[in-house]
Amino acid sequence: MIVRILGEGQFDVPDDALSALNEHDGAVESAIGSGDEAAFEAALGALLDAVRSVGTTHQVDSLDESDAILPPADASLEEVRAMLADDGLIPG
Amino acid sequence: MSLWQRITMLFKTKAHKALDRAEDPRETLDYSYQRQTELLAKVRRGVADVATSRKRVEIQVSQLEQQSAKLTEQAQKALEMNREDLAREALTRKSGLTTQIADLQGQLTQLQGEEEKLTLAQQRLAAKVESFRTRKETIKATYTAAEAQTRINEAVSGIGEEMGDVGLAIQRAEDKTAQMQARAGAIDELIASGALDDVSSLSRGDDIARELEAMSSQADVEAELAALKGASRPEAIEAPPSGDILAEETTPEAVEQGESS
Repeated sequence: MIVRILGEGQFDVPDDALSALNEHDGAVESAIGSGDEAAFEAALGALLDAVRSVGTTHQVDSLDESDAILPPADASLEEVRAMLADDGLIPG
Repeated sequence: MSLWQRITMLFKTKAHKALDRAEDPRETLDYSYQRQTELLAKVRRGVADVATSRKRVEIQVSQLEQQSAKLTEQAQKALEMNREDLAREALTRKSGLTTQIADLQGQLTQLQGEEEKLTLAQQRLAAKVESFRTRKETIKATYTAAEAQTRINEAVSGIGEEMGDVGLAIQRAEDKTAQMQARAGAIDELIASGALDDVSSLSRGDDIARELEAMSSQADVEAELAALKGASRPEAIEAPPSGDILAEETTPEAVEQGESS
């Protein structure tokens, strides 16, 4: 599958890494739920590191859509919350 | 739905908004390409803007470092004249500058990071735009409007995602740069007002500063006199022939004042 980290580009990630990534994703989500900025930073960092370490850079001139899109590495909890709100950060 | 699924869906919804604008789907290709080249120009401007901010902060750092070195020199000179109080004053002012310099260097690192990120984003987008251009020509040459729809959707969605990503990167860089520019503007004002200058040109009404200026002017005069006489005595406090800040704007009054105190 193709995973995009916003601000970094696309990675090819083997399908069998998905469950590990979902675990990290769950940690990010619960940190957002509890509003714990430190836990959020750590969990997001772990999620993105996992993508970078199991993934390889997707061909840069391809026009393929990603299967998953992840927040930028330096996103704050507030930013990701805003991103999840409909009229959030992502320019239309 | 997991977090990434929600983000992905929201992101794609926005990226796809640009899709269904044209009657003939092939027009969508041209419309999208036009927006791509506009965005590419925008990200280039973004890189240039961040570089300008970075250079501005670099200049400020070097200005403050010069002032800081000057204050160290002045403290040294004051100590040589057994004026610990003046040396202390100079070093106190220097420590204020040191804080400013550390803050600016932190900003510099951030700006360098933003510049690098935007440059890479620009390269990724440029590669995809070029690829899109080729695909666009192929699709137009090969397919009828009806046949082309699926392929057009694929191409436009694929690059739409990249455009959303780059658009976000530009927006975030702009936000960060705007914050720093406000602070850089404040520092420029401080520098222009002379508030961060060395002890001698700072606050003419300040007794300690005036005293140090006067004393060192006097010392400079003595040093020059000694040099003219061919003596080597005041080596430690000898000033360069010109440009020494402590010797600047020396008035006879200042020298007299120094002598009388």
